[in-house]
Amino acid sequence: MQKNDVPQDDIHTYNGLKKLLYAVDEEGSYTRVTSSGWEVEELINGMAVAQLNALSEEALQRARAGETSPLEYLMYKHRLDLPQLAQATGFFRWRVRRHMRPDVWPKLNDRLLSRYADVFGLDLPSLKKPLL
Amino acid sequence: MNNTYQHQQSAHCESGVVSNILRHHDIAISEPMAFGLAGALSFAYIPFIKLNGLPLTSYRMPPKFILRGIQKRLGVKFRFKKFAKPEQGMQALDAKLAEGRLVGLQTSVYWLPYLPEDMRFHFNAHNLLVYGKQGADYLISDPVLEHAVTCDASSLQKARFAKGALAAKGLMYWLESTPDTMDLAPAIRKAIIANARMMLKTPVPIIGIRGIRFLAKKIRHLDKKLHSQKKIQLYLGHIVRMQEEIGTGGGGFRFIYASFLQEAAEILKEPRLLEASKMMTAAGDQWRQFALATARACKNKDALDLNLLADKMLLCAEKEEQAWRFILQVLGK
Repeated sequence: MQKNDVPQDDIHTYNGLKKLLYAVDEEGSYTRVTSSGWEVEELINGMAVAQLNALSEEALQRARAGETSPLEYLMYKHRLDLPQLAQATGFFRWRVRRHMRPDVWPKLNDRLLSRYADVFGLDLPSLKKPLL
Repeated sequence: MNNTYQHQQSAHCESGVVSNILRHHDIAISEPMAFGLAGALSFAYIPFIKLNGLPLTSYRMPPKFILRGIQKRLGVKFRFKKFAKPEQGMQALDAKLAEGRLVGLQTSVYWLPYLPEDMRFHFNAHNLLVYGKQGADYLISDPVLEHAVTCDASSLQKARFAKGALAAKGLMYWLESTPDTMDLAPAIRKAIIANARMMLKTPVPIIGIRGIRFLAKKIRHLDKKLHSQKKIQLYLGHIVRMQEEIGTGGGGFRFIYASFLQEAAEILKEPRLLEASKMMTAAGDQWRQFALATARACKNKDALDLNLLADKMLLCAEKEEQAWRFILQVLGK
């Protein structure tokens, strides 16, 4: 990549931050150049963020309708999926899935809930708070 | 050792951390040199490791490879320590800082409050340096940032002890000793040859140049496996995102390596490596082409043409193969 081709698209993902790239200068030698981001990165990253937001919004609607427990919403809100959440809490996936049942979730004791609270970085009262 | 630490920004976290630590101890090793000496350029498509339900694609060697590679090639010695309890991990960090050490940490980007919101995903293998403590806050030299930053203790603890894939378990490391003499030229030679062999001659079909061709084939037939356009777009977007993720933009690792080849040409007094550097740059540019075309197809700016994207990726494989073959020829292997 030529120095002049280093993208300076001021992308939202970086929020004003600049990353460093290596690019070729006029004499053909590599040099350090900062970049305010590439449109492509913003597009691709935005796609992943939008996908997670859509999943969490949908889970929130279903939790309000009593079709799933708040756990599913919290999982997507914290940018996790089922395998990641299972791995982070140390529960089996089937157990996490069971905790997503609206009838099971309210019955969980504090010891189990605190494993989720740790992963989400929440305290117990805010974890138990019903979704409005 | 210098008393005051000088932060320098890097393109990639691990090579940046290594370069910053060594420079602090008066060993002038640039980031591309650290990356190249470790032989960290790679390609791997690993369908059985999934992130958000999509297969892992990596454009470099796995985490900790550069730290270990530098030890092997330069004879410097790092000490690594993991912890069962977060409290112990934080105490040990404080103790090392009190000794005036520069401490490297493996962290999860999700919990680092100084990063922009949209960059904070659950990626557990981000490296950074701690160079001191100011009141309750840690002084952080995060290699991908322009300037040094601070981080509060509780966030840093969360970032170090986040669980899940590639969990750091509080991993911290510091430079223990450096050799009396260092002979760069033979180390560079060995590192380049090893890297070229890994890319060209791997017996595993999903690694190196073969891996790139394997993935290109997968892309060509993606519509037989995934039946909605949306799913195909997410899959393709994921491949490009793994290329971009934290630290390098489109083919960035190829440019780091090309920069290393220029340094190597000078040290080995082998001008033909400058030619190799150009070829590697061309490979990096081709990866950017692929990223651009994919992003446009994902956003429906262009029609989604899987054959076209697969061909673009095959071209990446071809250009990289040419570069590596030429390198082996130059070095007489």
